[in-house]
Amino acid sequence: MATANAELDTFPRLLLHHASVRGDRPAIREKDLGIWHTWTWRQVFAEVRTLAGGLAELGFGRGDHLGIVGANRPRLYFAMMAAQALGGIPVPLYQDAVAAEMVFPLDNAEVRVAVVEDQEQLDKLLSILDSCPRLEHIVYDDPRGLRHYTAPQLMSFERLQELGRERAATRHLEDEIERCLPTDTAALFYTSGTTGDPKGVVLTHQALIRAGRADIDMERLTDAEEVLAYLPPAWIGQNMFSYVQAMIAGYCVSCPESADTVMLDMREIGPTYFFAPPAVLEGMLTRVVIRMADAGWVKRRLFDGFMALARRVGARLLAGAGGIGWGERLLYALGDLLVYGPLRNALGMSRVRVAYTAGEAIGPDLFVFYRSIGINLKQLYGSTETSVFVCVQRDGQVKPDTAGPPVDGVEVKIADNGEVLVRSPGLFVEYFKNPAATAEVKDAEGWFHTGDAGFIDDAGHLRIIDRARDVGRLADGTLFAPKYLENKLKFFPYIKEAVTFGDGRPYVAAMVNIDVAAVGDWAERRNLPYSGYTDLAAKEAVYELVRDCIDKVNRDLAADAKLAGARIARFVVLTKELDADDGELTRSRKVRRRIIAAKYQKIIDAVYSSQDSVEFEAQVRFEDGRTGRARADVRIWEVRRE
Amino acid sequence: MTGRSTGAPILAVEDISLAFGGLRALAQVSFDVREHEVRAIIGPNGAGKSSMLNVINGVYRPQAGAVTYLGRRRDHMEPYEAARLGIARTFQGLALFKGMTVLENIMTGRALLMRSGMLAQALWLGPGEREEIAHRQRVEQIIDFLEIQAHRRTPVGRLPYGLQKRVDLGRALAMEPKLLLLDEPMAGMNVEEKQDMCRFVLDVNDEYGTTIVLIEHDMSVVMDISDRVVVLDYGLKIADGTPDEVRNDPRVIEAYLGVKH
Repeated sequence: MATANAELDTFPRLLLHHASVRGDRPAIREKDLGIWHTWTWRQVFAEVRTLAGGLAELGFGRGDHLGIVGANRPRLYFAMMAAQALGGIPVPLYQDAVAAEMVFPLDNAEVRVAVVEDQEQLDKLLSILDSCPRLEHIVYDDPRGLRHYTAPQLMSFERLQELGRERAATRHLEDEIERCLPTDTAALFYTSGTTGDPKGVVLTHQALIRAGRADIDMERLTDAEEVLAYLPPAWIGQNMFSYVQAMIAGYCVSCPESADTVMLDMREIGPTYFFAPPAVLEGMLTRVVIRMADAGWVKRRLFDGFMALARRVGARLLAGAGGIGWGERLLYALGDLLVYGPLRNALGMSRVRVAYTAGEAIGPDLFVFYRSIGINLKQLYGSTETSVFVCVQRDGQVKPDTAGPPVDGVEVKIADNGEVLVRSPGLFVEYFKNPAATAEVKDAEGWFHTGDAGFIDDAGHLRIIDRARDVGRLADGTLFAPKYLENKLKFFPYIKEAVTFGDGRPYVAAMVNIDVAAVGDWAERRNLPYSGYTDLAAKEAVYELVRDCIDKVNRDLAADAKLAGARIARFVVLTKELDADDGELTRSRKVRRRIIAAKYQKIIDAVYSSQDSVEFEAQVRFEDGRTGRARADVRIWEVRRE
Repeated sequence: MTGRSTGAPILAVEDISLAFGGLRALAQVSFDVREHEVRAIIGPNGAGKSSMLNVINGVYRPQAGAVTYLGRRRDHMEPYEAARLGIARTFQGLALFKGMTVLENIMTGRALLMRSGMLAQALWLGPGEREEIAHRQRVEQIIDFLEIQAHRRTPVGRLPYGLQKRVDLGRALAMEPKLLLLDEPMAGMNVEEKQDMCRFVLDVNDEYGTTIVLIEHDMSVVMDISDRVVVLDYGLKIADGTPDEVRNDPRVIEAYLGVKH
């Protein structure tokens, strides 16, 4: 289809195309009051037409930025389409960001008009109006709770469409779509960034479309795919799978009823193309493990037995490898009937044909778990700056520790310092209004410096070790890759987050957050009473549990001569959960190492002294912006390293 | 709260006295509830708060005094009459069907509003089907409103306590009450659950225009969300007014918060 679509090089043209070619096919679905409602491509175009008319009435036009704040709602997607059709640029913002975090992007992008999902998001924007004087119009989707709001900036979605009816009856939109060039900016994504102010990544229509299309061709995706839009729309990954590629291939995207119902909705929709960051896959696995622990012994024995078989042969079978005897093949088929099939169904993954994970390195055990039960989970490597796709694992050539070979049209090379460099049609133009930052990562020959350290293996697959600047050495020169250790720790269902230290230090130390669901369940099983996270985290038995996990990691590391020196020597279980609201994690739940190091300096100092406990007071920020303090004694434990 | 306008009295109790044998529960208590307001009854344990609610919806018959509801004297309403007249309540100890799902529990709140015969319902015949669909839609709106979509099919007994309280509220809302009596809706909740519940109470009042009478002994919660507050102590009314007036009333401070000696 790539050749036939040569002129379909902007999003509005793609929309026009689908409305005429597959006008009666479903384009987007939403579950409301327990019922799935569907918009066809033709209906979507009609919505976009009146919406674009309304936006034009508000003076929104070419080159203007449209702020979009909320979860995955059809109307917010219509707003993106309408902005692009008018030659404008949607700027999706993270819906769980606190109000203060929205000031920078709104101001930086000079946003005059914003479309928000509901009262919660609206309240945030109203609270920062003083800092964003350019913001003139705020359009809301859900009117609940807004009856008494009188701010002059407010307008309902219906009202905006009403404003646009007259213009929608003309050829205005077609003319605007004609004027849209593939080299125009299509979207501005603010990267959560582990340091400093966010940067607005400028991506053109052609960059996004070429990157998305290369992958569609490779995976042979069609307009029959089913996708569930459940991740934050402000994240490029979500946007690529639920917007860019849907607009190219013409498949249907479903919006869950609420954030809490995602897993239920997923079972109802049965996506065929699925994307999940490792944290989500981990959460799903944790739930399975907990439920199995609660099951009767027959089920547990079946599960354990067949999972052992799956670990032995499942992944190889999926890869189409030979050398597996007919006995084991038969057993696996039986397992598929009794365990793997029902398990895939429980996960909502019965129909998944292609599943990707990215965003963070994934623990090999976690990755293999999904593959071994017959789910075609593959890793990809990319970033906002590259329109996602740099490397993707190919069917039949999946190795747990690599990201696969580059996608067609993408060039990858490794710099002398080990940094991964990328050049591709999907590359970003620049960081918005930030030439200094652009110059730092994009060189004269057009190579993007990713900041990741990695190498290309003998088979041509890219292997990422860590962030280039995070790879360090212990005082005695031993290689120390913090993320590698943290991922190993985080694979245990009991450990939710881990931060390791060691650069320039005599030994490696770890700070751990327990998973309150998994450890809580474990505690209940032992009749261990607890009142909440803080209480649980301070328990001796929980420390023993975590120590056992670290022991296993250390034994693993000991097997590899290069990493044996980086075994974990001491650890603490933090009494406070690391939280994006406190700036300790990014909105996509990546650890902000430097901020944590500064904030928990007192604990780190104690870990590298002979102390066995330390009093620590943490500052907590609530979602409404208020702050509070929580004080606790944090114990420090040793781990054997022989 | 801002922007809320309250109307004429929808309910008035005058000189209510209630005793159980020699034990005095309420003595000559009078107050009124205006349409569309959030009216709180507070007081220490044993002050007579729950007894007062039970008098309002007809569970207890006071020995003396008058209850006027919707402009008519109704001193001796039976609980089912109260329900028919649009008085719904939630309970301090939950009154839910633990083995039934959230959806089914809330659906029970519609029982009084169902009109089609048992046969039509059982056989899913024309009117029965249409009626069930209409009721289900209403229940779905409540589920959406209370943000419990994820638990639609979960048996209530498996839900955490805070969510069960929300389902109890949902069941009461399903009756489309004019007057909603909430008996300690925040009892036993943690801070976050309390905040959620406060928001739902205010939203109910705002979206559905429901008049709300709530009992609570967490003073801070009440002061934030109520228009007017009645304070009871040992069955006597000791104060009545806006949260600010009540908060600064010396008798309230003495009875409720303790007095400095």
